[in-house]
Amino acid sequence: MSTGMVLALLGAALATILAGIGSSYGVRIGGQAAAGVVAEDPDQFAKVLILQLLPGTQGIYGLLVTFITLSRIGVLGGTPITDTKTGLMYLIACLPIAVVGLVSAIYQGKTSVASIGVVAKKPDQFGKAMLFPAMVETYAILALLISILAVTNL
Amino acid sequence: MNDLDYIFAVARIRVKEKTLLRDSDIAQMITMPDADAVIEFLLTHGWGDTASSRDADAILAAEEAKTLSLINELRLDPEILEILSYPQLFHNLKAGIKETVTTEPHPSAFYPLESYGRETILKIIKEKTYDQLPEPLRELAPRAFELMLQTRDGQAVDMLVDRETLSAMEKAGKASSNPLFKNYLLSTVAVSNIKIAVRAQRMKKSREFIENALAPCTYLDTKELAKAASGTFEELLGYLQRTDYSQGAEALKESPSAFERWCDNRLIGSLRGERTHSESFGPVLAYYLARQNEIKTVRIILTAKANGFSEDAIRERVREMYV
Repeated sequence: MSTGMVLALLGAALATILAGIGSSYGVRIGGQAAAGVVAEDPDQFAKVLILQLLPGTQGIYGLLVTFITLSRIGVLGGTPITDTKTGLMYLIACLPIAVVGLVSAIYQGKTSVASIGVVAKKPDQFGKAMLFPAMVETYAILALLISILAVTNL
Repeated sequence: MNDLDYIFAVARIRVKEKTLLRDSDIAQMITMPDADAVIEFLLTHGWGDTASSRDADAILAAEEAKTLSLINELRLDPEILEILSYPQLFHNLKAGIKETVTTEPHPSAFYPLESYGRETILKIIKEKTYDQLPEPLRELAPRAFELMLQTRDGQAVDMLVDRETLSAMEKAGKASSNPLFKNYLLSTVAVSNIKIAVRAQRMKKSREFIENALAPCTYLDTKELAKAASGTFEELLGYLQRTDYSQGAEALKESPSAFERWCDNRLIGSLRGERTHSESFGPVLAYYLARQNEIKTVRIILTAKANGFSEDAIRERVREMYV
């Protein structure tokens, strides 16, 4: 296996690993807060579940970029990489969703926890409360877009 | 426990905060014609339990039990729980020593603590197995017991144990890494010292007596406080006006109850920032203290209504609410 192939696989793996770590952290703290609310007010289950799941999307974005990368570097399809330069470019192309996915999922989880606090005190403000963590999602989507554009145009 | 471990607890507390009484509820209770109307209002707000019926003391006791039960359920750091229970724990030790020496049973004098209730405390004192007590009480218990045995002076035991309660809170406050908990403990010690100094000044106690009664304190110079309290009331006010408690001195000029109200309002004011935190022990502590403040205020209203106080007189005594 060429060095280029190793670098491309490393990029694909990082997209899933880092974004997945961020999402699991975000969903974990969101789940703790959601459980606290449901322990006292089970009627809020559906609302707090949605808020808990918001930081989970970064992990899916990372998985998507990994699939696209694997289907282009000769693992699930495409042409196997033979040169180091191309492999390095795939690695760099995967980094936006890997790094931004990790960080944004952690921050989105913290924002979800705060929004779950809003729902706990004012359940009728769910719509507004959901917007706060959704704003953090913007930057994960931007990173996803850049990673997909980069990987598909190499 | 780190701050993240409190996310579940804080979320539960957020839901419970909805049930706290507001200033408008307190204002409404003050205008009610009698204690029965206040009790009716409390029952409609979920206060009391099936056993408490319409008995005011039972309703308040049920609310205190509910708060303690919730705090225990939240599985906080056991050390924090123990420190929060210091006043009740040390009080039970006093009650146990007095009951053992005088052989007169007073079950109602004890707080119903899970770990150190009446039976446990009496057994430890009778068997002299003081090592079964929490660390701050182990050395104190035999000393207080000997004092009671030799002097039969309950007040002397109260003074010794109360001072050690404050010393233990001061020590825990200094050691705490949580700024809110630290400030709560150190402020409680400072305010208690001021109350002791005011009482001693009114009773014209000597400087030496006051120095012995005051607990070590970070927020106040106890030697200066004792010196001021051994003089005139104006000298005591003069000292307080040079400290962070200058506004408290103004309240003290009105009456001791106005000072206590000022202290409680100041504490509640310092807790309000916790309403926006979601990842620390702070909101849980704030809720616990807000509940204590709420129960104390309701007790004041019920007692005042039962004794025919005017609305203005009650209004002067009630505390500000947390929410």
